[in-house]
Amino acid sequence: MAAPAAPSSVISVRDLRVQYGDREVLHGLAFDIVHGETVVVIGGSGSGKSTLLRTLVGLEKPSSGEVRVKGVDIAKASAREMDAIRKKIGLAFQGGALIGSLSVGENIALALLEHTPLKPTTIEVMVRIKLEQVGLSGFENYSPSQLSGGMRKRAAFARAMAMDPEILFFDEPSAGLDPITAAGIDDLILDLKKAYSMTMVVVTHELASAFLIADRIILIDRGNIVAMGPAQEVRDSTHPRVRQFLDRVADTTQDDDVDHMRMYTEGLK
Amino acid sequence: MQFVAEVGAATERSVAYVGALAQLLGKSLRLLFLSPLKRNRLAQRAVHQAMAVGVGALPIVSLITFFVGVIIALQGAYELQRLGAMQLVASLVSISITRELGPLITAIVVIGRSGSAFAAEIGTMRVTEELDALETMALDPVAFLVVPKFLAMAVMMPCLAIWSDFMGVLGGCMFGVASANFTFGSYVIATRDALVAHDITTGIVKALVFGLVITAVGCQEGFSTGAGAEEVGRSTTSAVVVSILLVIVIDLVFTTLFYLARGTA
Repeated sequence: MAAPAAPSSVISVRDLRVQYGDREVLHGLAFDIVHGETVVVIGGSGSGKSTLLRTLVGLEKPSSGEVRVKGVDIAKASAREMDAIRKKIGLAFQGGALIGSLSVGENIALALLEHTPLKPTTIEVMVRIKLEQVGLSGFENYSPSQLSGGMRKRAAFARAMAMDPEILFFDEPSAGLDPITAAGIDDLILDLKKAYSMTMVVVTHELASAFLIADRIILIDRGNIVAMGPAQEVRDSTHPRVRQFLDRVADTTQDDDVDHMRMYTEGLK
Repeated sequence: MQFVAEVGAATERSVAYVGALAQLLGKSLRLLFLSPLKRNRLAQRAVHQAMAVGVGALPIVSLITFFVGVIIALQGAYELQRLGAMQLVASLVSISITRELGPLITAIVVIGRSGSAFAAEIGTMRVTEELDALETMALDPVAFLVVPKFLAMAVMMPCLAIWSDFMGVLGGCMFGVASANFTFGSYVIATRDALVAHDITTGIVKALVFGLVITAVGCQEGFSTGAGAEEVGRSTTSAVVVSILLVIVIDLVFTTLFYLARGTA
């Protein structure tokens, strides 16, 4: 029987399994994330880390097991309960996913306008503050397509933070960015952590960034957790798969990976 | 056997598709009245859509239905002339435009302009994860994107149909005045005498239903877009093709019903 959730945990996952079609992508994960903690989920492409993130925010339904976010099992939550949870979380998408038909400022204001009774003038000020936090002051009236990749990511952070969420999720915050911009994003996450003691879940495959920002690291490989613990502990792990990932050693047998990738691609059809 | 199985599977798919459309319409109706989103913002989005689908379509709908009015008059005159019944051109044009061609041509123009745009917009949002982003912000994509589109279409399609009736009759009138011994006034009177309110209302009812179908198909195709830019193109194409097919089928059904009900009406 799975262990009960720790009382202080904001997110608690028990025996989580997720399937695409007949293919199981996550094979029974279990972990807790406590308040104020920064947890970094690392793993290779196709390891299931993005699926885990999508499941935590309710975009994918678990095929079995339990995902509790702030005490509510999101697999069984009603639409209304789900909306209540979603107002307390923020997700910064990998590509930004800013609404293309709205300006940057309108994107950030969107949730505030729809979900809060605040006056538009107040919201305008809040938008300016959020943009300043991510270093994009003065870009309110730009359209998302006019921004560079890194700026779009920053704008997405600002949007994720708009409702002052209790939990922030980041999907690949530094993927595809130049080292300087990526470092800037790491700093931004560290600032947020210091200033607001938010609970943050970051999915990434950038090792340097992971060790820099993480309180705790979860290493996922082929849908299983192979290592979990404080950053230092994971860094010193002797588990062969962990070592291989951290030391950047290529797989000698490619077949397993090809099988694993096929599992995704076939499941998607 | 293989053939029978394929026919069966295709039938099942079609029924499931129509079911999905009905589900989308049902969900939108429910969200219209029980929307978790703010009413005034919904109204703003609906007005914005109405401008795009309705007001934006006015010039092209006007032009096309005007020409169609002229064409019907010309074609009708070709035959009516031999019977010495040129005065019937006015009633031929007015009845065929109001009962049939006005709403149908409006629907086809709107499919090309807006049905395809709905599919492309929602499909692109699927590809760029914008739909997921809306969901994680507790903004239901159906409530946020689809409800305003249904509202806009339900209002604008009947309006466009009425306008197209007017433009079609005007087209017929131009021919009538130019080469069928009508004056502008006598053509208008002939049109008024030929039409009954029922002719116009059947056209408007049809236009309303067409509008709902076009919106449902466009949005449904958008939501079912797979990954990649290519898929957006595919969705857009099938939104247009499926909408035209469904509009024609529904037109047939409605026209049959109106025909069968004529005695009792």
